[in-house]
Amino acid sequence: MFKYLKQLTSLVAVVAVLFTFTTETMAAKKSKTLKNTQKKGFVRCGVSQGLPGFSNADASGNWTGVDVDVCRAVAAAVLGDANKVKFTPLSAKERFTALTSGEIDILSRNTTWTLSRDADIGLTFVGVNFYDGQGFMVRKSSGITSTSQFKNGISACTNIGTTTELNMRDFFNSRGISYEPVAFEKADEVVAAYDNGRCDTYTTDKSGLAAQRTKMKNPDEHIVLPETISKEPLGPVVRQGDSVWEDIVRWSLNTMIEAEEYGITSANADSMKTSENPAIKRLVGAEGELGAAFGLDNEWNLRIIKQVGNYGESYKRNIADTGILPDRGPNQLWTKGGILYVPPAR
Amino acid sequence: MNNKVKKFVPQLITLLAIILVFGFFTYNAQINMDNRGIEFGYGFLKQESSFDVQFSLIEYDGSHSYARAYFVGLLNTLLVSFIGIILSTVIGVIVGIARLSPNFLIKNTAAFYVEFFRNIPLLLQIFFWYFAALRALPLPQDAEAWFGSTYMTIKGYYVPLFVWNNLDVFLYSILAAIISILIIRSYAKKIQENEGKQLPVLYISLGLLLLLPLLSFAIGGVNLEIKTPVLKQLSATGFIFEPALSLPPELIALVLALSLYTATFIAECVRAGIQGVSKGQKEAAASIGLTPRQVLKLVIMPQALRIIIPPTTNQYLNLTKNSSLAAAIAYPDLVLVFAGTALMQTGRAIEIVSITMLTYLSISLAISALMNWYNKKIAIKEK
Repeated sequence: MFKYLKQLTSLVAVVAVLFTFTTETMAAKKSKTLKNTQKKGFVRCGVSQGLPGFSNADASGNWTGVDVDVCRAVAAAVLGDANKVKFTPLSAKERFTALTSGEIDILSRNTTWTLSRDADIGLTFVGVNFYDGQGFMVRKSSGITSTSQFKNGISACTNIGTTTELNMRDFFNSRGISYEPVAFEKADEVVAAYDNGRCDTYTTDKSGLAAQRTKMKNPDEHIVLPETISKEPLGPVVRQGDSVWEDIVRWSLNTMIEAEEYGITSANADSMKTSENPAIKRLVGAEGELGAAFGLDNEWNLRIIKQVGNYGESYKRNIADTGILPDRGPNQLWTKGGILYVPPAR
Repeated sequence: MNNKVKKFVPQLITLLAIILVFGFFTYNAQINMDNRGIEFGYGFLKQESSFDVQFSLIEYDGSHSYARAYFVGLLNTLLVSFIGIILSTVIGVIVGIARLSPNFLIKNTAAFYVEFFRNIPLLLQIFFWYFAALRALPLPQDAEAWFGSTYMTIKGYYVPLFVWNNLDVFLYSILAAIISILIIRSYAKKIQENEGKQLPVLYISLGLLLLLPLLSFAIGGVNLEIKTPVLKQLSATGFIFEPALSLPPELIALVLALSLYTATFIAECVRAGIQGVSKGQKEAAASIGLTPRQVLKLVIMPQALRIIIPPTTNQYLNLTKNSSLAAAIAYPDLVLVFAGTALMQTGRAIEIVSITMLTYLSISLAISALMNWYNKKIAIKEK
């Protein structure tokens, strides 16, 4: 019996070594973030401190929102379970440092894609999950119905550390209006200050205005003015320098959007495996080897659609049904008059 | 020789360890920044900041540089600290003395104030004052005038705008008054030492301080035009006052919270200082015929100050550093403007945080140097 012990142990060792080699693919070896994520067993995701519709925690600590769904999609793809996400609420000021320092691996926090952010500070934007623009909210009783009625001396509440602060200056400056910027670190204080009458107007991305309006003492007393003063493409961000991880996040988001385009939903995803359309079959992992390039199995995209749903489902669940922005506006598929258009998954 | 080495070696090892640790952190930061394509440098300070600030002591808007934005934040921090230190000292001294009052009501009110305010976290107090103020203060259109033509509203405390003609003559007259007061004081001291006569220095000083500036109005061509605030309508329900100087509610709430909080600690320092002077000193002073006021001024206070100053210095430093909580309520101090907005817009975390840390360190060292100088001045002169 003991005669073969030596051989047996070496056999086990060889098998074990082979096994690790086969499970650890090239992509995983190249991507430190992917490797660490699989080792930890959860995706580390930076979100807002509470923006209904985008990333918001309920009383029992469950996070919901379209930004949250991006991280859930990545978790479903990489770990097989959309719930294996650790959410870190971040202020606008903290968010980039948290990402570049490695505290989180995805920043999905209604963050505007700009040149300087993309090129300057070690970040890479992977796509757009919400096309937004900055707007103004005022009290209905003020009688203001357009930004052209703004007068010298108006005070505007907003958040620090956002593109909002810069757009606001451009807007008022180009119109020659003097204004008082009142900039807070956290959104809750902005809402409280505006709601109490400290400011005449509250300015941020329109989606944010619609979401924060629900937190006011009396939401019906406030209106969002029709003008949009800036382009704010919001999307998930990753650290620069890990292109495999970047691709995984990008294509997780793209999968959700393309799934909607082809009518694949969380309910019918399994049955789509037998579809006639090869594009659909690729999206549910029944054809092609799309996961291999990321070091993932072939059903990574099927899991995203089944567990998180397509983009339309996510939008409806988080933004439309909650009454924040029932009209999808530009965030409609390109085939239906919107500007959501993603490269094909093939 | 052996002894010398014994003393020297541990120090050398400690020094080496410190250098190594710092070296490691610097190296590590460099490697990580290289990996992520982040460059290090202070060149961004010259770039246009392109953001505006609500309240500034120097001329500033978004077309100025980040360096200027830094000074805006720094001056705002210094302003809050300066007002806070003066206010907390005044409140602290009054409450500290009140705690030693023989009057039951005064003594216990002071004790209650100290225990209440020093045991609630400062951030909470700042929020309380700010949002309490926002809730309680009237909108500009509902505000009633205080002292004739100042208005306390939710958008700030509006005071009349002073427009000066020949302001420099006025300032010179004050300077002249101060110099003549100093001369008179030293003259009065000499007379007292030589002849034992006491001159009414206080009344002469007050008179001079009033008379000379008044003279500058009469013959110096100084002219002051006061523009009182007038309500201006922005929209159906939106109003402000113009033209006026406005103190933002953020500044008022912050100063109030910082002063009331720090004053409790200063009050305890003052109480400890006075109680630290032995009773015999007071009795001895009284026995040589000094009046109670003279006892306090000439015997008790000089000795009490030696006990009061060092811990009070700590409180001044605390107040200055605590002023960085301003960011929570939108007062544009150094942390909000520079370590907040500027950091976010440039993404230069290491550079900006290091500058901010150095700045707070310098402010604190300057305050403590000043207080140490004063402490030395009032210390017992040993001959």
